[in-house]
Amino acid sequence: MKTAQQAIKIISGFHSFFMPAVYRCFRGYSSKTMNRTNDRHSTIRMFNVSKRFGGKPALRNISLDIDQGEFVFITGHSGAGKSTLLKILYLAEKASEGQIIINGMNIARVSSSKLPMLRRRFGIVFQDFKLIPTKTVYDNVALVLEAGGEKPSYIFKKVKQVLRITGMEKKIHALPPTLSGGEQQRVAVARAVVGEPAIIFADEPTGSLDPSSARAVLDLLVKYHNKGTTVLVASHNMHLMESSLNSRNIELSEGRLRQNSVMTPDRINRPL
Amino acid sequence: MNHFIKKAVADIRSNKFLNMITIVTIALSILIVSMFVLFFENTGRLIESWNKGGRIMIYLKHDFTQEMLPQLQNQIKDAGDVESMVYIPKSQALEELKHSLNSRSTFLETLTENPLPDAVEIRTKSHNNFETIRKTAQLIKDLNMVEDVEYGEKWLGKFLKIFNLFKITGYAMCSLFFLISLFITANTIRLAFYSRKNEIEIMRLVGATESFIKAPFYVEGILQGFFGGLTGVLILLISFLIVSPGITENLSSSLYLEIKFLSFQMIMLIIACSTLLGWFGCYISLKQILK
Repeated sequence: MKTAQQAIKIISGFHSFFMPAVYRCFRGYSSKTMNRTNDRHSTIRMFNVSKRFGGKPALRNISLDIDQGEFVFITGHSGAGKSTLLKILYLAEKASEGQIIINGMNIARVSSSKLPMLRRRFGIVFQDFKLIPTKTVYDNVALVLEAGGEKPSYIFKKVKQVLRITGMEKKIHALPPTLSGGEQQRVAVARAVVGEPAIIFADEPTGSLDPSSARAVLDLLVKYHNKGTTVLVASHNMHLMESSLNSRNIELSEGRLRQNSVMTPDRINRPL
Repeated sequence: MNHFIKKAVADIRSNKFLNMITIVTIALSILIVSMFVLFFENTGRLIESWNKGGRIMIYLKHDFTQEMLPQLQNQIKDAGDVESMVYIPKSQALEELKHSLNSRSTFLETLTENPLPDAVEIRTKSHNNFETIRKTAQLIKDLNMVEDVEYGEKWLGKFLKIFNLFKITGYAMCSLFFLISLFITANTIRLAFYSRKNEIEIMRLVGATESFIKAPFYVEGILQGFFGGLTGVLILLISFLIVSPGITENLSSSLYLEIKFLSFQMIMLIIACSTLLGWFGCYISLKQILK
Protein backbone atom coordinates (compact mmCIF):
# COMPACT_ATOMS: atom_id res chain seq x y z
CA MET A 1 0.00 0.00 0.00
CA LYS A 2 2.81 2.38 0.97
CA THR A 3 4.67 1.54 -2.24
CA ALA A 4 1.55 2.26 -4.28
CA GLN A 5 1.15 5.63 -2.57
CA GLN A 6 4.82 6.47 -3.22
CA ALA A 7 4.42 5.49 -6.88
CA ILE A 8 1.42 7.78 -7.19
CA LYS A 9 3.41 10.62 -5.58
CA ILE A 10 6.31 10.13 -8.00
CA ILE A 11 4.01 10.02 -11.03
CA SER A 12 2.12 13.07 -9.84
CA GLY A 13 5.41 14.92 -9.21
CA PHE A 14 6.66 13.98 -12.68
CA HIS A 15 3.42 15.21 -14.20
CA SER A 16 3.54 18.53 -12.33
CA PHE A 17 7.18 19.09 -13.13
CA PHE A 18 7.37 18.15 -16.79
CA MET A 19 3.94 18.84 -18.25
CA PRO A 20 4.21 22.66 -18.09
CA ALA A 21 7.43 22.39 -20.05
CA VAL A 22 5.70 20.17 -22.61
CA TYR A 23 2.85 22.62 -22.99
CA ARG A 24 5.21 25.58 -23.24
CA CYS A 25 5.96 24.54 -26.79
CA PHE A 26 2.35 25.36 -27.67
CA ARG A 27 2.79 29.05 -26.90
CA GLY A 28 3.61 29.93 -30.48
CA TYR A 29 0.22 28.78 -31.75
CA SER A 30 -1.26 31.03 -34.40
CA SER A 31 -4.82 32.29 -33.99
CA LYS A 32 -6.03 29.91 -36.70
CA THR A 33 -4.46 26.97 -34.88
CA MET A 34 -5.99 28.19 -31.65
CA ASN A 35 -9.50 28.41 -33.09
CA ARG A 36 -9.17 25.00 -34.64
CA THR A 37 -7.98 23.63 -31.31
CA ASN A 38 -10.96 25.28 -29.58
CA ASP A 39 -13.33 23.46 -31.85
CA ARG A 40 -11.94 20.10 -30.85
CA HIS A 41 -10.36 20.24 -27.36
CA SER A 42 -11.48 22.97 -25.00
CA THR A 43 -9.37 21.68 -22.16
CA ILE A 44 -8.04 23.37 -19.07
CA ARG A 45 -4.90 22.12 -17.33
CA MET A 46 -3.59 23.60 -14.10
CA PHE A 47 -0.21 22.72 -12.63
CA ASN A 48 0.53 23.71 -9.03
CA VAL A 49 -1.28 26.99 -9.32
CA SER A 50 -1.08 29.34 -6.36
CA LYS A 51 -2.34 32.85 -5.87
CA ARG A 52 -1.45 35.30 -3.14
CA PHE A 53 -2.96 38.67 -2.40
CA GLY A 54 -0.42 40.76 -0.51
CA GLY A 55 1.29 37.68 0.88
CA LYS A 56 -2.01 36.09 1.94
CA PRO A 57 -2.59 32.85 0.03
CA ALA A 58 -5.92 32.55 -1.80
CA LEU A 59 -5.07 29.39 -3.78
CA ARG A 60 -2.43 26.79 -2.90
CA ASN A 61 -0.94 24.30 -5.33
CA ILE A 62 -4.04 23.58 -7.37
CA SER A 63 -3.50 20.98 -10.08
CA LEU A 64 -6.41 19.73 -12.14
CA ASP A 65 -7.55 18.85 -15.65
CA ILE A 66 -10.91 19.75 -17.16
CA ASP A 67 -11.84 18.15 -20.45
CA GLN A 68 -13.96 19.48 -23.26
CA GLY A 69 -17.69 19.31 -22.67
CA GLU A 70 -17.47 18.83 -18.91
CA PHE A 71 -19.87 20.50 -16.49
CA VAL A 72 -17.84 21.41 -13.42
CA PHE A 73 -19.04 22.83 -10.15
CA ILE A 74 -16.44 24.60 -8.04
CA THR A 75 -17.72 24.59 -4.50
CA GLY A 76 -16.55 25.63 -1.09
CA HIS A 77 -17.31 28.09 1.65
CA SER A 78 -16.88 31.81 1.32
CA GLY A 79 -13.20 32.64 0.99
CA ALA A 80 -12.34 29.13 -0.18
CA GLY A 81 -10.90 30.51 -3.43
CA LYS A 82 -13.70 29.67 -5.91
CA SER A 83 -13.92 33.11 -7.47
CA THR A 84 -10.13 33.52 -7.46
CA LEU A 85 -9.79 30.24 -9.35
CA LEU A 86 -12.33 31.33 -11.95
CA LYS A 87 -10.78 34.81 -12.25
CA ILE A 88 -7.41 33.25 -12.97
CA LEU A 89 -8.98 31.02 -15.59
CA TYR A 90 -10.87 33.79 -17.37
CA LEU A 91 -7.73 35.97 -17.23
CA ALA A 92 -8.98 38.65 -14.84
CA GLU A 93 -6.18 37.74 -12.41
CA LYS A 94 -2.70 36.32 -12.83
CA ALA A 95 -1.49 33.27 -10.94
CA SER A 96 1.37 33.93 -8.53
CA GLU A 97 2.86 30.51 -9.25
CA GLY A 98 2.21 27.51 -11.47
CA GLN A 99 1.18 27.01 -15.06
CA ILE A 100 -2.22 27.07 -16.75
CA ILE A 101 -2.85 25.67 -20.18
CA ILE A 102 -6.11 26.55 -21.88
CA ASN A 103 -6.78 25.14 -25.34
CA GLY A 104 -3.13 24.29 -25.65
CA MET A 105 -1.95 27.79 -24.78
CA ASN A 106 0.12 28.59 -21.74
CA ILE A 107 -1.80 31.65 -20.61
CA ALA A 108 1.14 33.10 -18.68
CA ARG A 109 2.92 33.42 -22.00
CA VAL A 110 0.08 34.90 -24.01
CA SER A 111 1.02 38.43 -25.03
CA SER A 112 -1.31 41.23 -23.93
CA SER A 113 -2.22 41.88 -27.57
CA LYS A 114 -3.54 38.30 -27.89
CA LEU A 115 -5.47 38.31 -24.60
CA PRO A 116 -8.68 39.79 -26.11
CA MET A 117 -8.68 37.07 -28.77
CA LEU A 118 -8.39 34.39 -26.10
CA ARG A 119 -11.06 36.02 -23.94
CA ARG A 120 -13.48 35.91 -26.85
CA ARG A 121 -13.37 32.13 -26.56
CA PHE A 122 -14.82 32.47 -23.04
CA GLY A 123 -18.28 33.32 -21.84
CA ILE A 124 -18.49 34.82 -18.36
CA VAL A 125 -21.51 35.07 -16.04
CA PHE A 126 -21.16 37.07 -12.83
CA GLN A 127 -23.16 37.01 -9.65
CA ASP A 128 -23.84 40.74 -9.95
CA PHE A 129 -24.60 40.33 -13.70
CA LYS A 130 -22.20 43.12 -14.72
CA LEU A 131 -24.55 44.45 -17.37
CA ILE A 132 -24.01 47.99 -18.65
CA PRO A 133 -27.00 49.87 -17.18
CA THR A 134 -27.08 52.54 -19.90
CA LYS A 135 -27.23 50.03 -22.73
CA THR A 136 -30.29 48.07 -23.82
CA VAL A 137 -30.50 44.30 -23.52
CA TYR A 138 -29.68 44.07 -27.23
CA ASP A 139 -26.61 46.33 -26.93
CA ASN A 140 -25.31 44.46 -23.88
CA VAL A 141 -25.43 41.15 -25.69
CA ALA A 142 -24.21 42.58 -29.01
CA LEU A 143 -21.12 44.05 -27.32
CA VAL A 144 -19.32 40.70 -27.43
CA LEU A 145 -19.77 40.35 -31.18
CA GLU A 146 -18.99 44.02 -31.83
CA ALA A 147 -15.73 43.60 -29.92
CA GLY A 148 -15.01 40.64 -32.16
CA GLY A 149 -15.52 42.77 -35.25
CA GLU A 150 -18.55 40.85 -36.56
CA LYS A 151 -20.79 42.32 -39.27
CA PRO A 152 -23.91 44.19 -38.04
CA SER A 153 -26.26 41.87 -39.97
CA TYR A 154 -24.72 38.80 -38.30
CA ILE A 155 -24.79 40.52 -34.89
CA PHE A 156 -28.49 41.33 -35.26
CA LYS A 157 -29.38 37.78 -36.30
CA LYS A 158 -27.25 36.11 -33.64
CA VAL A 159 -28.33 38.35 -30.74
CA LYS A 160 -32.02 37.82 -31.57
CA GLN A 161 -31.47 34.08 -31.73
CA VAL A 162 -29.72 33.94 -28.36
CA LEU A 163 -32.30 36.19 -26.70
CA ARG A 164 -35.02 33.89 -28.03
CA ILE A 165 -33.29 30.88 -26.47
CA THR A 166 -32.83 32.66 -23.14
CA GLY A 167 -36.43 33.90 -23.19
CA MET A 168 -35.49 37.57 -23.27
CA GLU A 169 -36.56 38.41 -26.82
CA LYS A 170 -39.51 40.52 -25.66
CA LYS A 171 -37.23 42.66 -23.47
CA ILE A 172 -34.75 43.36 -26.26
CA HIS A 173 -35.04 47.16 -25.93
CA ALA A 174 -35.26 47.24 -22.14
CA LEU A 175 -32.53 48.71 -19.96
CA PRO A 176 -31.06 46.34 -17.34
CA PRO A 177 -32.21 48.35 -14.29
CA THR A 178 -35.84 47.83 -15.38
CA LEU A 179 -35.42 44.02 -15.33
CA SER A 180 -35.73 41.59 -12.40
CA GLY A 181 -32.64 39.82 -11.06
CA GLY A 182 -33.56 36.59 -12.87
CA GLU A 183 -34.09 38.43 -16.14
CA GLN A 184 -30.80 40.28 -15.79
CA GLN A 185 -28.97 37.03 -15.20
CA ARG A 186 -30.61 35.51 -18.29
CA VAL A 187 -29.33 38.49 -20.28
CA ALA A 188 -25.89 37.88 -18.76
CA VAL A 189 -26.10 34.25 -19.88
CA ALA A 190 -27.15 35.41 -23.35
CA ARG A 191 -24.10 37.68 -23.44
CA ALA A 192 -21.90 34.82 -22.30
CA VAL A 193 -23.09 32.42 -24.99
CA VAL A 194 -23.62 34.73 -27.96
CA GLY A 195 -20.00 34.41 -29.09
CA GLU A 196 -20.31 30.60 -29.09
CA PRO A 197 -17.54 30.26 -26.50
CA ALA A 198 -15.58 27.09 -25.90
CA ILE A 199 -15.83 27.58 -22.14
CA ILE A 200 -18.42 29.30 -19.96
CA PHE A 201 -17.31 30.56 -16.55
CA ALA A 202 -20.14 31.32 -14.14
CA ASP A 203 -19.19 32.91 -10.84
CA GLU A 204 -22.07 32.39 -8.37
CA PRO A 205 -24.61 32.82 -11.19
CA THR A 206 -27.56 32.07 -8.92
CA GLY A 207 -26.21 33.76 -5.80
CA SER A 208 -28.65 36.65 -5.85
CA LEU A 209 -31.64 34.88 -7.42
CA ASP A 210 -34.78 33.23 -6.07
CA PRO A 211 -34.97 29.41 -6.45
CA SER A 212 -37.07 29.39 -9.64
CA SER A 213 -34.88 32.03 -11.37
CA ALA A 214 -31.79 30.13 -10.22
CA ARG A 215 -33.20 26.93 -11.74
CA ALA A 216 -33.97 28.74 -15.01
CA VAL A 217 -30.44 30.13 -15.25
CA LEU A 218 -28.90 26.74 -14.49
CA ASP A 219 -31.16 25.11 -17.12
CA LEU A 220 -29.78 27.57 -19.66
CA LEU A 221 -26.22 26.66 -18.74
CA VAL A 222 -27.09 22.96 -18.98
CA LYS A 223 -28.68 23.61 -22.39
CA TYR A 224 -25.40 25.07 -23.70
CA HIS A 225 -23.42 22.33 -21.97
CA ASN A 226 -25.49 19.77 -23.87
CA LYS A 227 -24.37 21.46 -27.09
CA GLY A 228 -20.77 20.62 -26.17
CA THR A 229 -19.66 23.73 -24.29
CA THR A 230 -17.46 23.29 -21.24
CA VAL A 231 -19.12 24.95 -18.23
CA LEU A 232 -17.46 25.89 -14.94
CA VAL A 233 -19.78 27.12 -12.21
CA ALA A 234 -18.52 28.47 -8.90
CA SER A 235 -21.29 28.09 -6.37
CA HIS A 236 -21.96 27.33 -2.74
CA ASN A 237 -25.52 26.27 -3.58
CA MET A 238 -25.34 22.49 -3.06
CA HIS A 239 -28.97 22.01 -4.19
CA LEU A 240 -28.07 23.17 -7.68
CA MET A 241 -25.20 20.73 -7.80
CA GLU A 242 -27.27 17.81 -6.56
CA SER A 243 -29.85 18.41 -9.26
CA SER A 244 -27.20 18.47 -12.00
CA LEU A 245 -26.08 14.87 -12.20
CA ASN A 246 -23.10 13.73 -14.24
CA SER A 247 -21.34 16.96 -13.41
CA ARG A 248 -18.04 17.19 -11.62
CA ASN A 249 -17.54 18.80 -8.26
CA ILE A 250 -14.27 20.46 -7.37
CA GLU A 251 -14.37 21.44 -3.76
CA LEU A 252 -11.99 24.02 -2.39
CA SER A 253 -11.20 24.72 1.21
CA GLU A 254 -8.90 27.55 2.28
CA GLY A 255 -7.44 27.70 -1.20
CA ARG A 256 -6.66 23.97 -1.35
CA LEU A 257 -8.25 21.32 -3.55
CA ARG A 258 -10.24 19.25 -1.10
CA GLN A 259 -12.31 17.01 -3.34
CA ASN A 260 -12.49 16.24 -7.06
CA SER A 261 -15.48 13.99 -7.68
CA VAL A 262 -18.17 13.06 -10.23
CA MET A 263 -21.84 13.03 -9.32
CA THR A 264 -23.74 10.05 -10.74
CA PRO A 265 -27.31 8.92 -10.13
CA ASP A 266 -26.13 6.09 -7.90
CA ARG A 267 -23.63 8.10 -5.93
CA ILE A 268 -23.20 11.77 -5.44
CA ASN A 269 -19.63 12.97 -4.86
CA ARG A 270 -17.89 9.81 -6.03
CA PRO A 271 -14.16 10.61 -5.80
CA LEU A 272 -12.20 10.51 -9.08
CA MET B 1 -16.24 53.54 -37.50
CA ASN B 2 -19.96 54.19 -37.52
CA HIS B 3 -20.23 52.24 -34.27
CA PHE B 4 -17.56 54.39 -32.60
CA ILE B 5 -19.16 57.66 -33.76
CA LYS B 6 -22.58 56.51 -32.50
CA LYS B 7 -21.05 55.49 -29.20
CA ALA B 8 -19.14 58.76 -28.83
CA VAL B 9 -22.30 60.78 -29.58
CA ALA B 10 -24.24 58.69 -27.05
CA ASP B 11 -21.51 59.30 -24.47
CA ILE B 12 -21.55 63.04 -25.15
CA ARG B 13 -25.34 62.99 -24.69
CA SER B 14 -25.09 61.10 -21.42
CA ASN B 15 -22.50 63.58 -20.10
CA LYS B 16 -24.04 66.71 -21.60
CA PHE B 17 -22.91 69.21 -18.97
CA LEU B 18 -19.30 68.08 -18.85
CA ASN B 19 -19.00 67.98 -22.62
CA MET B 20 -20.70 71.35 -22.95
CA ILE B 21 -18.16 72.89 -20.56
CA THR B 22 -15.31 71.40 -22.60
CA ILE B 23 -16.73 72.59 -25.92
CA VAL B 24 -17.33 76.09 -24.51
CA THR B 25 -13.77 76.23 -23.11
CA ILE B 26 -12.30 75.15 -26.43
CA ALA B 27 -14.58 77.62 -28.22
CA LEU B 28 -13.42 80.51 -26.02
CA SER B 29 -9.78 79.59 -26.50
CA ILE B 30 -10.27 79.34 -30.25
CA LEU B 31 -12.13 82.66 -30.17
CA ILE B 32 -9.16 84.38 -28.52
CA VAL B 33 -6.67 82.72 -30.84
CA SER B 34 -8.81 83.61 -33.89
CA MET B 35 -9.08 87.23 -32.69
CA PHE B 36 -5.30 87.46 -32.65
CA VAL B 37 -5.06 85.86 -36.07
CA LEU B 38 -7.69 88.27 -37.41
CA PHE B 39 -5.79 91.23 -35.96
CA PHE B 40 -2.47 90.01 -37.35
CA GLU B 41 -3.90 89.30 -40.79
CA ASN B 42 -5.44 92.78 -41.10
CA THR B 43 -2.47 94.59 -39.57
CA GLY B 44 -0.15 92.70 -41.89
CA ARG B 45 -2.18 93.83 -44.89
CA LEU B 46 -2.18 97.39 -43.53
CA ILE B 47 1.61 97.43 -43.20
CA GLU B 48 1.92 95.97 -46.66
CA SER B 49 -0.31 98.66 -48.10
CA TRP B 50 1.54 101.43 -46.28
CA ASN B 51 4.84 100.23 -47.56
CA LYS B 52 3.45 99.27 -50.95
CA GLY B 53 6.05 98.93 -53.64
CA GLY B 54 8.93 99.47 -51.23
CA ARG B 55 9.04 103.20 -52.05
CA ILE B 56 12.19 105.21 -51.23
CA MET B 57 12.41 108.95 -51.78
CA ILE B 58 15.95 110.27 -52.41
CA TYR B 59 16.47 113.98 -51.78
CA LEU B 60 19.50 115.36 -53.62
CA LYS B 61 21.96 118.07 -52.56
CA HIS B 62 21.34 121.66 -53.66
CA ASP B 63 24.43 121.70 -55.90
CA PHE B 64 23.05 118.73 -57.91
CA THR B 65 22.72 119.40 -61.64
CA GLN B 66 20.93 117.42 -64.36
CA GLU B 67 24.32 116.51 -65.90
CA MET B 68 25.08 114.42 -62.82
CA LEU B 69 21.88 112.37 -63.26
CA PRO B 70 23.28 109.45 -65.38
CA GLN B 71 26.13 108.97 -62.89
CA LEU B 72 23.67 109.05 -59.99
CA GLN B 73 21.37 106.54 -61.69
CA ASN B 74 24.28 104.13 -62.12
CA GLN B 75 25.28 104.51 -58.49
CA ILE B 76 21.70 103.87 -57.34
CA LYS B 77 21.46 100.78 -59.57
CA ASP B 78 24.68 99.51 -58.03
CA ALA B 79 23.01 99.66 -54.62
CA GLY B 80 20.89 96.74 -55.90
CA ASP B 81 17.26 95.78 -55.27
CA VAL B 82 16.03 98.70 -57.43
CA GLU B 83 13.06 97.96 -59.65
CA SER B 84 12.25 101.40 -61.09
CA MET B 85 13.52 104.92 -60.80
CA VAL B 86 11.89 108.32 -61.51
CA TYR B 87 13.72 111.64 -61.40
CA ILE B 88 11.65 114.52 -60.00
CA PRO B 89 13.22 117.94 -60.61
CA LYS B 90 12.59 120.56 -57.95
CA SER B 91 10.44 122.62 -60.35
CA GLN B 92 8.12 119.65 -60.88
CA ALA B 93 8.05 119.00 -57.16
CA LEU B 94 6.96 122.57 -56.51
CA GLU B 95 4.22 122.33 -59.13
CA GLU B 96 2.95 119.13 -57.57
CA LEU B 97 2.98 120.75 -54.15
CA LYS B 98 0.99 123.70 -55.45
CA HIS B 99 -1.45 121.30 -57.08
CA SER B 100 -1.95 119.30 -53.91
CA LEU B 101 -2.40 122.40 -51.73
CA ASN B 102 -4.89 123.77 -54.25
CA SER B 103 -6.41 127.10 -53.03
CA ARG B 104 -4.11 127.19 -50.01
CA SER B 105 -1.04 127.47 -52.25
CA THR B 106 -1.07 131.27 -52.59
CA PHE B 107 1.66 131.69 -49.97
CA LEU B 108 3.99 129.79 -52.31
CA GLU B 109 3.76 132.73 -54.78
CA THR B 110 5.75 134.82 -52.32
CA LEU B 111 8.78 132.55 -52.57
CA THR B 112 11.76 134.13 -54.36
CA GLU B 113 13.44 130.82 -55.03
CA ASN B 114 12.37 127.14 -55.00
CA PRO B 115 13.24 125.69 -51.55
CA LEU B 116 12.57 122.10 -52.58
CA PRO B 117 15.42 119.79 -53.53
CA ASP B 118 15.66 117.65 -56.66
CA ALA B 119 14.52 114.11 -55.88
CA VAL B 120 14.53 110.58 -57.19
CA GLU B 121 11.73 108.18 -56.37
CA ILE B 122 12.68 104.52 -56.52
CA ARG B 123 10.76 101.30 -55.95
CA THR B 124 12.59 98.30 -54.57
CA LYS B 125 12.18 94.71 -55.74
CA SER B 126 11.58 93.35 -52.24
CA HIS B 127 8.32 95.17 -51.63
CA ASN B 128 7.45 93.73 -48.25
CA ASN B 129 10.80 93.21 -46.66
CA PHE B 130 11.44 96.20 -44.46
CA GLU B 131 14.98 95.15 -43.57
CA THR B 132 16.09 94.94 -47.24
CA ILE B 133 14.53 98.31 -47.95
CA ARG B 134 16.37 99.74 -44.95
CA LYS B 135 19.72 98.37 -46.17
CA THR B 136 19.20 99.68 -49.73
CA ALA B 137 18.21 103.08 -48.37
CA GLN B 138 21.32 103.18 -46.20
CA LEU B 139 23.59 102.44 -49.19
CA ILE B 140 21.94 105.20 -51.22
CA LYS B 141 22.17 107.66 -48.34
CA ASP B 142 25.95 107.23 -48.30
CA LEU B 143 26.27 108.48 -51.90
CA ASN B 144 27.91 111.92 -52.40
CA MET B 145 25.05 113.54 -54.30
CA VAL B 146 22.39 112.42 -51.80
CA GLU B 147 21.24 114.74 -49.02
CA ASP B 148 18.70 112.44 -47.40
CA VAL B 149 16.50 109.42 -47.99
CA GLU B 150 13.04 108.70 -46.68
CA TYR B 151 11.26 105.37 -46.64
CA GLY B 152 9.00 105.74 -43.62
CA GLU B 153 11.69 104.41 -41.33
CA LYS B 154 10.81 106.74 -38.50
CA TRP B 155 7.22 105.65 -38.02
CA LEU B 156 7.15 102.32 -39.89
CA GLY B 157 10.13 100.97 -37.94
CA LYS B 158 8.54 101.91 -34.64
CA PHE B 159 5.20 100.52 -35.75
CA LEU B 160 6.82 97.24 -36.78
CA LYS B 161 8.52 96.98 -33.40
CA ILE B 162 5.19 97.41 -31.62
CA PHE B 163 3.55 95.03 -34.07
CA ASN B 164 6.21 92.39 -33.40
CA LEU B 165 5.74 92.84 -29.67
CA PHE B 166 2.02 92.28 -30.20
CA LYS B 167 2.84 89.20 -32.23
CA ILE B 168 5.01 87.71 -29.47
CA THR B 169 2.33 88.48 -26.87
CA GLY B 170 -0.24 86.97 -29.20
CA TYR B 171 1.75 83.79 -29.68
CA ALA B 172 2.26 83.48 -25.91
CA MET B 173 -1.45 84.03 -25.23
CA CYS B 174 -2.47 81.57 -27.97
CA SER B 175 -0.12 78.93 -26.56
CA LEU B 176 -1.48 79.51 -23.08
CA PHE B 177 -5.09 79.18 -24.17
CA PHE B 178 -4.28 76.11 -26.24
CA LEU B 179 -2.66 74.55 -23.17
CA ILE B 180 -5.68 75.37 -21.01
CA SER B 181 -7.98 73.79 -23.61
CA LEU B 182 -5.71 70.78 -23.85
CA PHE B 183 -5.80 70.16 -20.11
CA ILE B 184 -9.55 70.65 -19.90
CA THR B 185 -10.14 68.24 -22.80
CA ALA B 186 -7.78 65.72 -21.21
CA ASN B 187 -9.59 66.09 -17.90
CA THR B 188 -13.02 65.61 -19.48
CA ILE B 189 -11.86 62.45 -21.18
CA ARG B 190 -10.36 61.25 -17.91
CA LEU B 191 -13.67 61.87 -16.09
CA ALA B 192 -15.58 60.15 -18.91
CA PHE B 193 -13.19 57.22 -18.66
CA TYR B 194 -13.62 56.88 -14.89
CA SER B 195 -17.39 57.22 -15.14
CA ARG B 196 -17.36 54.26 -17.51
CA LYS B 197 -14.80 52.22 -15.62
CA ASN B 198 -17.19 49.30 -15.01
CA GLU B 199 -18.25 49.32 -18.62
CA ILE B 200 -14.60 49.23 -19.72
CA GLU B 201 -13.87 46.36 -17.35
CA ILE B 202 -16.81 44.42 -18.82
CA MET B 203 -15.63 45.21 -22.35
CA ARG B 204 -12.17 43.90 -21.52
CA LEU B 205 -13.61 40.71 -20.06
CA VAL B 206 -15.71 40.02 -23.15
CA GLY B 207 -12.61 40.29 -25.34
CA ALA B 208 -12.62 43.88 -26.51
CA THR B 209 -9.21 45.06 -27.70
CA GLU B 210 -7.63 48.20 -26.26
CA SER B 211 -8.18 50.03 -29.55
CA PHE B 212 -11.88 49.04 -29.48
CA ILE B 213 -12.14 50.50 -25.97
CA LYS B 214 -10.15 53.65 -26.75
CA ALA B 215 -11.68 54.51 -30.13
CA PRO B 216 -14.93 56.09 -28.80
CA PHE B 217 -12.88 58.31 -26.46
CA TYR B 218 -10.77 59.50 -29.37
CA VAL B 219 -13.90 60.19 -31.42
CA GLU B 220 -15.31 62.08 -28.43
CA GLY B 221 -12.13 64.19 -28.12
CA ILE B 222 -12.09 64.89 -31.86
CA LEU B 223 -15.78 65.89 -31.84
CA GLN B 224 -15.22 68.17 -28.84
CA GLY B 225 -12.27 69.81 -30.59
CA PHE B 226 -14.14 70.17 -33.89
CA PHE B 227 -17.32 71.64 -32.40
CA GLY B 228 -15.30 73.85 -30.03
CA GLY B 229 -13.31 75.23 -32.97
CA LEU B 230 -16.41 75.70 -35.10
CA THR B 231 -18.25 77.48 -32.28
CA GLY B 232 -15.25 79.76 -31.60
CA VAL B 233 -14.96 80.77 -35.27
CA LEU B 234 -18.75 81.29 -35.52
CA ILE B 235 -18.75 83.57 -32.45
CA LEU B 236 -15.89 85.55 -34.02
CA LEU B 237 -17.76 85.80 -37.34
CA ILE B 238 -20.93 87.06 -35.65
CA SER B 239 -18.93 89.58 -33.58
CA PHE B 240 -17.06 90.66 -36.71
CA LEU B 241 -20.27 91.21 -38.67
CA ILE B 242 -21.63 93.34 -35.83
CA VAL B 243 -18.48 95.37 -35.07
CA SER B 244 -16.66 95.68 -38.40
CA PRO B 245 -19.04 98.17 -40.13
CA GLY B 246 -18.42 100.64 -37.27
CA ILE B 247 -14.63 100.19 -37.45
CA THR B 248 -14.57 100.54 -41.23
CA GLU B 249 -16.69 103.71 -41.04
CA ASN B 250 -14.44 105.33 -38.42
CA LEU B 251 -11.04 104.29 -39.65
CA SER B 252 -11.35 103.75 -43.40
CA SER B 253 -10.57 107.41 -44.19
CA SER B 254 -7.27 107.26 -42.30
CA LEU B 255 -6.31 103.61 -42.93
CA TYR B 256 -7.24 103.32 -46.60
CA LEU B 257 -7.97 99.68 -45.91
CA GLU B 258 -11.00 97.46 -45.82
CA ILE B 259 -11.03 95.19 -42.74
CA LYS B 260 -11.54 91.60 -43.85
CA PHE B 261 -12.55 88.43 -41.99
CA LEU B 262 -10.26 85.40 -41.84
CA SER B 263 -9.53 83.67 -45.11
CA PHE B 264 -11.20 80.31 -45.81
CA GLN B 265 -7.84 78.53 -45.53
CA MET B 266 -7.18 80.15 -42.16
CA ILE B 267 -10.65 79.12 -40.87
CA MET B 268 -9.99 75.54 -41.97
CA LEU B 269 -6.56 75.63 -40.33
CA ILE B 270 -7.99 76.90 -37.02
CA ILE B 271 -10.73 74.23 -36.97
CA ALA B 272 -8.17 71.55 -37.90
CA CYS B 273 -5.89 72.71 -35.06
CA SER B 274 -8.82 72.65 -32.65
CA THR B 275 -9.76 69.11 -33.75
CA LEU B 276 -6.15 68.05 -33.33
CA LEU B 277 -6.20 69.62 -29.87
CA GLY B 278 -9.21 67.47 -28.92
CA TRP B 279 -7.47 64.36 -30.18
CA PHE B 280 -4.23 65.22 -28.38
CA GLY B 281 -6.05 65.92 -25.10
CA CYS B 282 -7.60 62.48 -25.36
CA TYR B 283 -4.27 60.91 -26.26
CA ILE B 284 -2.39 62.25 -23.23
CA SER B 285 -5.29 61.39 -20.93
CA LEU B 286 -5.58 57.77 -22.09
CA LYS B 287 -1.82 57.37 -22.18
CA GLN B 288 -1.69 58.36 -18.52
CA ILE B 289 -4.67 56.24 -17.43
CA LEU B 290 -3.73 53.08 -19.31
CA LYS B 291 0.03 53.13 -18.71
